[in-house]
Amino acid sequence: MRSKFLYKYLKLHKRYSSQIAKKWQSVVGLEVHAQLNTESKLFSGAQNTFGGLVNNCVSLFDAAIPGTLPVLNRKCVELGVLAALAFSCRVNEVSTFDRKHYFYADLPAGYQITQQRAPLANDGVINFQVYTPGVHKKPYNKSSMIKQIQLEQDSGKSLHDIELKQSLVDLNRAGAPLIEIVFEPDLEDGEEAAALVKELVLIVQRLGVCSGRMEEGALRVDANVSIRREGDPLSTRTEIKNIGSVRGVASAVRYEIDRQQSVLENGGNIINETRMWDAAAKVTVPMRDKEVVQDYRYMPEPNLPPLRVNLTTREDTQDIISVPLISDRIPELPAVSRAKLIENHDLRPEIAIQLVNEPALFDFFNNLMNKKRNPTKVANLLLNDLLTVLNRRKIDVNNCTISVEQLDELTDMVLQKKINLDICRSVLEEIIGNRKSPFAIVDEKGWSLVTDSKEITEQCKRVFDDNPKLVKQYRDGKVKVLRALLGILSKTSDNKLDMSVASKIMEELLRK
Amino acid sequence: MNKLSSYSIRDIHKAYRDKTLNPRCLIDQCLDRANKTKELNAFITLTPQVAHEQSLRCQERLQSSKKLNLLEGISVCLKDNFCTENIRTTCASNMLKNFTPTYNATIYSKLMMAGACLVGKTNLDEFAMGSGTVDSIYGPSRNPWCYNDNWRIAGGSSGGSAVAVSSGSSVVAIGSDTGGSTRNPAALCGIVGLKPTYGLVSRYGLIPLVNSMDVPGVFAKNVDDAAITLNCIAGPDDLDSTTIKSAFKPISIKEDFDISNLNIGIPKEYHCKDMSIEVIECWQFVTDLLEKLCKVSCVSLPHTSVSIAVYSILNQCEVASNMSRYDGLEYGLRAKTNYSTEELYATTRSQGFNNVVRSRIFGGNYFLLRQNYEKYFLKAQKLRRLISDDFENVFNGDNKVDLLLTPTTLSDAPLYSDFTAKNNRDQCALQDYCTQPANMAGIPAISIPVKLSKNKLPLSLQLMGPALSEELLLNVAKKIEALVNFPVLEFNQYLNKN
Repeated sequence: MRSKFLYKYLKLHKRYSSQIAKKWQSVVGLEVHAQLNTESKLFSGAQNTFGGLVNNCVSLFDAAIPGTLPVLNRKCVELGVLAALAFSCRVNEVSTFDRKHYFYADLPAGYQITQQRAPLANDGVINFQVYTPGVHKKPYNKSSMIKQIQLEQDSGKSLHDIELKQSLVDLNRAGAPLIEIVFEPDLEDGEEAAALVKELVLIVQRLGVCSGRMEEGALRVDANVSIRREGDPLSTRTEIKNIGSVRGVASAVRYEIDRQQSVLENGGNIINETRMWDAAAKVTVPMRDKEVVQDYRYMPEPNLPPLRVNLTTREDTQDIISVPLISDRIPELPAVSRAKLIENHDLRPEIAIQLVNEPALFDFFNNLMNKKRNPTKVANLLLNDLLTVLNRRKIDVNNCTISVEQLDELTDMVLQKKINLDICRSVLEEIIGNRKSPFAIVDEKGWSLVTDSKEITEQCKRVFDDNPKLVKQYRDGKVKVLRALLGILSKTSDNKLDMSVASKIMEELLRK
Repeated sequence: MNKLSSYSIRDIHKAYRDKTLNPRCLIDQCLDRANKTKELNAFITLTPQVAHEQSLRCQERLQSSKKLNLLEGISVCLKDNFCTENIRTTCASNMLKNFTPTYNATIYSKLMMAGACLVGKTNLDEFAMGSGTVDSIYGPSRNPWCYNDNWRIAGGSSGGSAVAVSSGSSVVAIGSDTGGSTRNPAALCGIVGLKPTYGLVSRYGLIPLVNSMDVPGVFAKNVDDAAITLNCIAGPDDLDSTTIKSAFKPISIKEDFDISNLNIGIPKEYHCKDMSIEVIECWQFVTDLLEKLCKVSCVSLPHTSVSIAVYSILNQCEVASNMSRYDGLEYGLRAKTNYSTEELYATTRSQGFNNVVRSRIFGGNYFLLRQNYEKYFLKAQKLRRLISDDFENVFNGDNKVDLLLTPTTLSDAPLYSDFTAKNNRDQCALQDYCTQPANMAGIPAISIPVKLSKNKLPLSLQLMGPALSEELLLNVAKKIEALVNFPVLEFNQYLNKN
């Protein structure tokens, strides 16, 4: 509701302001850090895991103990190349590592090893569809260019105890492998940014490159936002950090665009700064310790020779990875999945988008469609009924414990009209977290629909007997009252009649 | 006793086999010598317990096995910038005074595996930044030659290791060499100093000065011992990605090595204006000797004179970067302040580092600033390539030479009082002049003592060769060693003084 209102307000506002000045345009570019799904860290043998015991996944190198040296983890390069290929990047035959210096307690070496000058890959693209139900009526296609993809180390984590005036450092994440994906600033608003991030998450998950869990910080988004009047040069940009969810991307960017617009309209100036998204207050606030413009004093990392890959042949050695071999490993990407859904199952694009957006639902759908079934009905069952029940119980669809077998039985019952959709949801509630058979539940609870015409006829007659006035009205020509009669029938039968059969029978009976 | 300190590794092994000596006894004598020569300040930490345990294990192996590694039962010491498990590793700095590593440098692991016995960790300039071993929080090391109240410097930065070997506290020693830090003190202390090809010996566990130039170096009394030690420590290491990947082929020193087909180059740019006449004469002396045995040609390395300036920039940049880990949080000194994290860093670093280290950090950070990077760092790197190409040309171009012969230092060992009259930076520029270009190019070089100056101090020359030419380099060094018959340091010289 709120977003609809805001949307209308913005439209009005735009129309009004365009009368006095040229329209505002906003430009958004993203930088995404994705943690790579590897056993060990980028340059050390320490375990790469989320939620380990504090400071227990730390090698000597991760703690920057003097004399230790980095050794590049081959698996990280493979995953980086896999991602680069999935985004149609040009993988560089030779890439190099650089040191980026800054002092921070959770950066033990005083520098981060990254790939600033010659990154792993350049010049890619991500194609995606922008569709947020309630915001967009129809999906539209959008693409964003990728400037570069680089391998780099993650930092540790600092925890500040204000009361004790102490800072604590956890180095478990220090040295964890990341790829940073730098996009060109070619997006227009928060919804596009959110749609890009959603597609990115789907792709890295499909590739097995990254868990994509934004809530764990496995995928982190920084957004650069600037605005201008049509035809004018861009205003100073700001960078938003700490965006922890896909919807957060949309809200943070929208907030920042509005904020900049109002600053400029009130004659103010935008300063080049880093702002933090406060998801609770739904505002961006300046980050204090990053106000000073940093000079990172980049320098080539002298302890790592240039990283070479084999671009042309499938010859793979210990030190040189074959890119064509990795290219063979790219699975079906979400865009292809959507196209197939539309092509093979005749689904509407927005249904295809929603299905593919939830990998668990997409898997269910494919499994359920192994039998010949009405695809739209199956999709609706998943997107409406299953999701509604899960949302009510606050269960993430990816953690849904309902099995394919259970859904298979349930779908059969719905499509064969043995139960209606209300019962279907009740059954879903019953099978969450257990292995019970939906058949058995319906049987046990006596929830199956009555399709037997004899019994329906009897029930209809009982309704007629109880409601002679309505029957008379119908027979006098006021056919509308059929619906009232059907409603009574449904109620008195505890919602257990197959109403499509019941309405036919009732109409026949009334016409007699 | 006196004789023992002139024994080569092979002599010692013969004595072991003849049962006239055993490892425990050798270690005792080395430790005894170290204690008697404490004034020379070669060691930061003596490790008698470690050495004894290791020597006892050697003795067991001596009794049980027939074929022994040549380093079995040989005393060794390490410059105190190589990490040793449970033995403090200080870099002669307040910053790491209390730092005890939990791991071993690859080079120490290899030496231990071969049966060498660690007698101690040796003195150096703080974080190896210097050319005299005078800038150490433990005080300067002293040259054992002509030792008296007006004593001479040992050279640096691995001065402690050089003193330990030349004064007989250790048979061999390990140093590091970034701009000459092994060859320079070897030259001034009258022993052999070998800087191998960059990447031939693992740097894992060596606390870095300039990662792209650092090489572990070897000190020994003679070329044979240096070769034996190199054979133990060289080879690829998974823990150091910059080591040369191909397997190392052990070097053999041949008694009848033929040098008649060789062409030795004399680079004219090494005749610099600050070079002492004695050094030039010494250089001429060996050149004359060689001319009778092989071809000697004059060659040019035109970029030699810029090498020091280039080195200074690259060194400071890497120092600024490498030193940024010393923040007092994970290990090392932590200042007693809790006002803010920034304050903690600043105080820790100003208390932990001496002026030399701090000024290099300062300079390096300046060169790496966005607006200076191209002007300084990038230009220095381009010049480094030209310096490296100079060597490439003389070793591979027309009229190519096999090796180059130059002095190692510009003079014999300076008096401490004279040396400290100039600051660290000017001294490095002077002292590293002949040694530093080899680090730029990553090529191997060896310093060998040739004769005594009129002050009765060692004068040494340097041989440089193309990358991975250690076998040729050491064989020719051995030839020169035999020709010049450099005298052994009379330990009585030192004892008589006391």
